[in-house]
Amino acid sequence: MSPMARTAPVPAATDPAIIRNFCIIAHIDHGKSTLADRMLQLTGVVKQRDMKAQYLDRMDIERERGITIKSQAVRIPWEVDGTAYCLNMIDTPGHVDFTYEVSRSLAACEGAILLVDAAQGIEAQTLANLYLAMENNLTIIPVLNKIDLPAAQPEKYALELANLIGGKPEDVLMVSGKTGVGVEALLDLIVRELPAPVGDPNAPARAMIFDSVYDTYRGVVTYVRVIDGSLSPREKIQMMSTRATHELLEIGVSAPEPTPSKGLGVGEVGYLITGVKDVRLSKVGDTVTTFSKPASEALAGYHDAKPMVFSGLYPMDGTDYPVLRDALEKLMLNDAALIYEPETSAALGFGFRVGFLGLLHLEITRERLEREHNLDLISTAPNVEYEVTLEDKKVVHVTNPSEYPSGKIAEVREPMVAATILAPTEFVGAIMELCQTRRGILGGMDYLSEDRVEIRYRLPLAEIVFDFFDILKSKTRGYGSLDWKADGDQVADLVKVDILLQGEQVDAFSAITHRDKAYSYGVMMTGKLRELIPRQQFEVPIQAAIGARIIARESIRAIRKDVLAKCYGGDISRKRKLLEKQKEGKKRMKMVGRVEVPQEAFIAALTTAEAPKDKSKK
Amino acid sequence: MTPSALPLGDPAPADGILPAQAAVGAADRKFSLYAHIPFCAVRCGYCDFNTYTATELGGGASQDAYAETAVREVEFAARAMVASGLPARKLSTVFFGGGTPTLLPAGDLTRILGAAVAQWGLEDGAEVTTEANPDSVTKESLQELYDGGFTRVSFGMQSAVPHVLKVLDRTHNPDRVPQAVAWAREVGLNVSVDLIYGTPGESVADWETSVRTALSYEPDHISAYSLIVEEGTKLAAQIRRGQVPNIDDDDHALKYELADALFTEAGLSWYEVSNWSRTPEDACQHNLAYWRGDDWWGIGPGAHSHVGGVRWWNVKHPTAYANRLDKGESPAAGRETLDADTRAMERIMLTSRLSEGMAINTLSPEARKAVAGLIAQELVEPLKAFAGTLVLTLKGRLLGDAVTRALLD
Ligand SMILES: Nc1nc2c(ncn2[C@@H]2O[C@H](COP(=O)(O)OP(=O)(O)OP(=O)(O)O)[C@@H](O)[C@H]2O)c(=O)[nH]1
Ligand SMILES: C[S@@+](CC[C@H](N)C(=O)[O-])C[C@H]1O[C@@H](n2cnc3c(N)ncnc32)[C@H](O)[C@@H]1O
Ligand code: SF4
Ligand SMILES: [Mg+2]
Repeated sequence: MSPMARTAPVPAATDPAIIRNFCIIAHIDHGKSTLADRMLQLTGVVKQRDMKAQYLDRMDIERERGITIKSQAVRIPWEVDGTAYCLNMIDTPGHVDFTYEVSRSLAACEGAILLVDAAQGIEAQTLANLYLAMENNLTIIPVLNKIDLPAAQPEKYALELANLIGGKPEDVLMVSGKTGVGVEALLDLIVRELPAPVGDPNAPARAMIFDSVYDTYRGVVTYVRVIDGSLSPREKIQMMSTRATHELLEIGVSAPEPTPSKGLGVGEVGYLITGVKDVRLSKVGDTVTTFSKPASEALAGYHDAKPMVFSGLYPMDGTDYPVLRDALEKLMLNDAALIYEPETSAALGFGFRVGFLGLLHLEITRERLEREHNLDLISTAPNVEYEVTLEDKKVVHVTNPSEYPSGKIAEVREPMVAATILAPTEFVGAIMELCQTRRGILGGMDYLSEDRVEIRYRLPLAEIVFDFFDILKSKTRGYGSLDWKADGDQVADLVKVDILLQGEQVDAFSAITHRDKAYSYGVMMTGKLRELIPRQQFEVPIQAAIGARIIARESIRAIRKDVLAKCYGGDISRKRKLLEKQKEGKKRMKMVGRVEVPQEAFIAALTTAEAPKDKSKK
Repeated sequence: MTPSALPLGDPAPADGILPAQAAVGAADRKFSLYAHIPFCAVRCGYCDFNTYTATELGGGASQDAYAETAVREVEFAARAMVASGLPARKLSTVFFGGGTPTLLPAGDLTRILGAAVAQWGLEDGAEVTTEANPDSVTKESLQELYDGGFTRVSFGMQSAVPHVLKVLDRTHNPDRVPQAVAWAREVGLNVSVDLIYGTPGESVADWETSVRTALSYEPDHISAYSLIVEEGTKLAAQIRRGQVPNIDDDDHALKYELADALFTEAGLSWYEVSNWSRTPEDACQHNLAYWRGDDWWGIGPGAHSHVGGVRWWNVKHPTAYANRLDKGESPAAGRETLDADTRAMERIMLTSRLSEGMAINTLSPEARKAVAGLIAQELVEPLKAFAGTLVLTLKGRLLGDAVTRALLD
């Protein structure tokens, strides 16, 4: 076993031969961040008393949800056979919405630890992330985690892993991020197995930007991996895509707290601070060089993350619109995947149409906006982007159902995904049935082992992005996992369903659905609204319509009693509090025509509207 | 009658001294006393009032000592009022509520009453009521109450239909009610009965039976309350578990209309949303004091008081209550001092429920404008409004809270 390194290699003066850059990749919840914790502890960079679980998950939202959203790179020292090495570890997120974070991290590394929960085995994001690592020509170290669990089946899954990446089951390392078992051996193995970075120390500097984060105190912090040459403080740097130059105010490494250094040399990972306030000027995927000795050829960058899901975000209180605008602007500084533009809704007022990578991304963004900027938001039912060709050949991109053209439509195309589902073989039938009802086309099926199968489907994005995963989970008793990526588009028979309250259309409730599912959406939504909208002093009809054709109707009967019958023995305070609560509730009402609709009804109707198809079947 | 959950408010001082605001204009306001008796033989499944069974209290000791403790609060109240600069005022009404006041010997109740009268005196012809469960009185005990100064008794009849009484967990035999009413009459007490409508499983015909039965006893006064499912009660749990059906507002509305029609036909008139009386004099004056915003001191655990826009409430548990008084401290758990806006809001909330109505010229300009809409919605009597008083229609009584909200916008 190796001891903790006595003297850590100094940044800027580190021989690439003693550098190992790796990231930890896995399916969600397989224990990446917990393993990272043990590494931070064993290498001594985080003191015992400062340690807390998932140390690198720093955002409140990450801690509350127990998931990683942003990759984090940390420089850690480790000694093997008397030599102190410098390891750069990157903990990555496991959720499919944040796959783009993983791809960026991979580009900063020579190796990847492919972590697999020994009680769960290989899952869909295990495969997806492994695939990305192989695309990047990384050396893979397969590791089984959570071997302390009574339900762990290390032999079985070691065999599965060995089959997958080639090699012998005995070579699969067994660790427990919880107890620390095997982690020292893993650090040793990283040093021994992973290649050292190679680059030309004398060539003009080239560093790859793999992350760019806005910080209120420090401005934009740019995370880079140096490929060639070196960067040093007080030097002018240049962004190769724009040729924009910036003064380098600070350069350093994360250890894991930001630690200024004398510079960064070949193979090193660290951060740059230039005083720039906008992350778009320090773009992920760009190459940093020096102004005095610029490189001629940029490194291969990444594709921008493309938003897949759109939703309208509206402040509950209309006067908060400027706050929301500023908040989105700020958030975008940190989240290049976020795009938005202003829109208005007759029912909800002024807001923004925002594009997200997936539903989790939407949820998290909304929560951050609400929390960090003290906003109350309504988000409209999420939808995908449609390409509508009119008969006059004009093409319209629709991200908001209320903008769906009412004129003559020649063709509508919807985005498609290639989905991979992993599950025990016994669930194949149930999965196929589910995919069939979601208009899926079977692409193929492979057995990973005797009892586990990989099923590939081509599916409309709109069919999987909302509730598909939850249903898959319940149909496979929790064992199924899903990964998907964009896969072109297809022509589809889609219609827009409108919802009318007392004859007035409520734009926020309109939805674009497949023609076969329009009726269930209408029935579901009118039914929901009947439950959610309180009775008024008059009857309120609720209808669902395609164009002028009513496809579903409900009605809310007039209220007859709204009075507290009893004075509670002189407890007037109680009655007053009740009244104040009612008044507060009334303030949170939006008027749709004469109908008072509580904000809660909008939220509840819109959040549950995500599952029109299956809800209505049950 | 004291509900179990106390509001959150400011701390109340141990000496019971009231903020200066309490004394302002007090000489022109009436003053009443409420005495809470926090004991019941059994706990009814729907009730969340601050009341305890002997088993819950671990024996009958605290019941035996209760009158003495209550008298101590009467004396404490009298001192605190003087010390707060309040003028001497005779009691204009007294009300003993519960729990079940008549679970205590009549002598205990008259002793508490006597102590209060000794402190403050009683206005001529003042109304002195006690609540009573039909099976906790005898002719002798009623006689003793009458002799000790009580003028009125309010019986918790609730229903005349056995299966409804069963759902309500009421222990009394319905035949006890006419007997108790007759005794009360004979000894000279004015009589009221309480009814509850909208109990799960109660048909409209059942309710009609209860109303007609109550009317056949020819009481001077009837209170009819729609059943409220209070959180934390056995009834709420039964509804949640689906053991009894939930209550229904439309059913309540229908039964209210039916009751109002039958009461009116029998010669009673409504004077407050849930209260009807044979003559205006038979209206419960104590009840009116609450709605009119008069002053009253509530003694007993969990009891609420109001003096000049200061509201306070006592600690709930009888033991905690007794301990405070033993130490010579105020039993108040918290209080609030209402500002002018809140008092104005309360006034609308409270007086709009009364048949005597509310003077429209005391409303804000916006609220006065809102009255037009209320007339259009048939919630407010147009002729009365033209004459300057806001009085609810039958429909308006059922939508009373909506009217209040409209006036407060
Ligand atoms: N028993 C046991 N539990 C573990 C081990 N490692 C992680 N866990 C638990 O597994 C859960 C997920 O751990 P994380 O470290 O947050 O997983 P992750 O892979 O970083 O998750 P994402 O970042 O959201 O993809 C937590 O409840 C951990 O406590 C282990 O070795 N043994
Ligand atoms: C609290 S009791 C006290 C008097 C006596 N113990 C009794 O039960 O008749 C006073 C009245 O409050 C009413 N009451 C109590 N709980 C109620 C509830 N949950 N809903 C409606 N009325 C209620 C009953 O009509 C009862 O007669
Ligand atoms: S007897 Fe009256 S106070 Fe006692 S529990 Fe029943 S309803 Fe409540
Ligand atoms: Mg993590």
